[in-house]
Amino acid sequence: MIEVQHLTKRYGGKLALDDLSFTVQEGEILGLLGPNGAGKSTTMNIVTGYLSASEGRVLVDGLDILEEPRKAKAKIGYLPEQPPLYPDMTVEEYLNFVWELKGARGNRKERLEQICGQVMLSDVTGRMIKNLSKGYKQRVGLAQALIGDPTVLILDEPTVGLDPKQITEIRELIRSLAQRHTVVFSSHILTEVQAVCDRVVVISAGKKVADDTPAGLAASMSGGRGMNLTVEGDPQQVVELLSAIEGMESVERLDEEEPGVWAYRLLAGPGYDLRREVFHALADKGMPMLSFGRQNLSLEEIFLQLTEDEISEEGGETA
Amino acid sequence: MIAIYKRELRGYFTTPIGYIYLGAFFAISGFYWFAGSLLYGSSDLSLLFSTLFTISAFLAPVLTMRLFTEEKRNKTDQLLLTSPVSLTGLVAGKFLSALTVYTIGILITIAYQIVMSFYGTVQWSTYLGNLLGLFLLGAAILAIGMFLSSLTENQVIAAVGGFGVALLLLLVDSLGSSVGSPWLQKATTAISFYEQYAEFTMGLVNLPSVVFFASVVFLFGFLTVRVLEKRRWS
Repeated sequence: MIEVQHLTKRYGGKLALDDLSFTVQEGEILGLLGPNGAGKSTTMNIVTGYLSASEGRVLVDGLDILEEPRKAKAKIGYLPEQPPLYPDMTVEEYLNFVWELKGARGNRKERLEQICGQVMLSDVTGRMIKNLSKGYKQRVGLAQALIGDPTVLILDEPTVGLDPKQITEIRELIRSLAQRHTVVFSSHILTEVQAVCDRVVVISAGKKVADDTPAGLAASMSGGRGMNLTVEGDPQQVVELLSAIEGMESVERLDEEEPGVWAYRLLAGPGYDLRREVFHALADKGMPMLSFGRQNLSLEEIFLQLTEDEISEEGGETA
Repeated sequence: MIAIYKRELRGYFTTPIGYIYLGAFFAISGFYWFAGSLLYGSSDLSLLFSTLFTISAFLAPVLTMRLFTEEKRNKTDQLLLTSPVSLTGLVAGKFLSALTVYTIGILITIAYQIVMSFYGTVQWSTYLGNLLGLFLLGAAILAIGMFLSSLTENQVIAAVGGFGVALLLLLVDSLGSSVGSPWLQKATTAISFYEQYAEFTMGLVNLPSVVFFASVVFLFGFLTVRVLEKRRWS
């Protein structure tokens, strides 16, 4: 539905996007994840045709956003980071204006009422936009994006600045929208992406550092390689024993939790699943394993790991 | 384009700008009409129309100062530029809304003419020439003002820039004659708005003058589109 091909964007001498490519399938919810300043908004502005890329191109449903801008833009509903609202208009006037601006077809009154109901705006349609709370402004922005029945919705940090209840509501809304639209939304909050998205593209410093499902991302990063266990017995012997297992990357002794019982953290090498080997090694020596747990990295840790790698690499280049 | 035109036009009258502009225009033009024609019992509006040149030049930037500056400040340009609307349509809609308010302003002179017609003979053909001249002049100044507003995010800068242009338009005439270089004089006459406008105040509808003002409108309309276009690439 959306193809982003080799996007590069330079602002003066600064490289904001560096050869970024990804695709979004029809009906998918794609999360664009990255720290502030990673290039999420720039990407979205290019995809919607607000900015032009220095290199690369964007296809929306097969239409190039630069070559056939009007056709391509008609397929997109965009909620920018700051909702594009006219403070001096009422919600109703504003939505009617957007309707005319986009040249939307159909029964206007009915459709606008339906959209207002969908984003829970119906009770404020007569109010001036400048008097609305942030949460309501965000919903007006979302309503605006829905006008004209776009096949693609691009939402730039739709939950920023909202209270927890509103955040949950907006997330629910995004999920319900995905039944009829392809959704791309950006966030720097991981749990949000985890909760809402089918797929995540992680961007750091303008580059794509990961592209996977939230679960796949977690699996590929840790893959059940981390293990926590407590064993009764001489710690030195345990460390020697476990280190000798083929494929073991590191064995770390932690604190003594009970007299004679120590906690350990193990990390298997990539592609190894050593749970059984660990059990047998200890059982053969008659050392009781008192607890065992697999350690999956949380998305937070993965995210930090991914983006930090990027930053340290860059630091290395400039140093 | 029609959606933008309607929104802008409503914008003039949901904010005080439209009222302030029209109020100021009616008051000042009314004063000159009173002092130049009514007081002397003369049905000749030529004094009024030659002062309206200056008045229009200085009031018109008020109409254009927020055309694009506000869009940038509210970030609503993101909505306009990502909607399936052409840049030309966007610029034309905005320009026509300003021109509409301006035209409402100058149409007050019809009322002056009607009042005069009760007391003497009125030269309607001369008057219509004047009105057309004032309309074209305004269109040209509004186009320049709109272009200035597309360059900045600040209404005040856009307005002051507009006043600067107005001042320049007035000074260009005296520059040529005071320098005395025949070549320079010719050049300043060629770009002088007043020279073109003066033709109309004498009741002459001269095709080159019409073309002159129309060209200014298209030139600055085109430049505004280019400014918007270029912003995407920077």
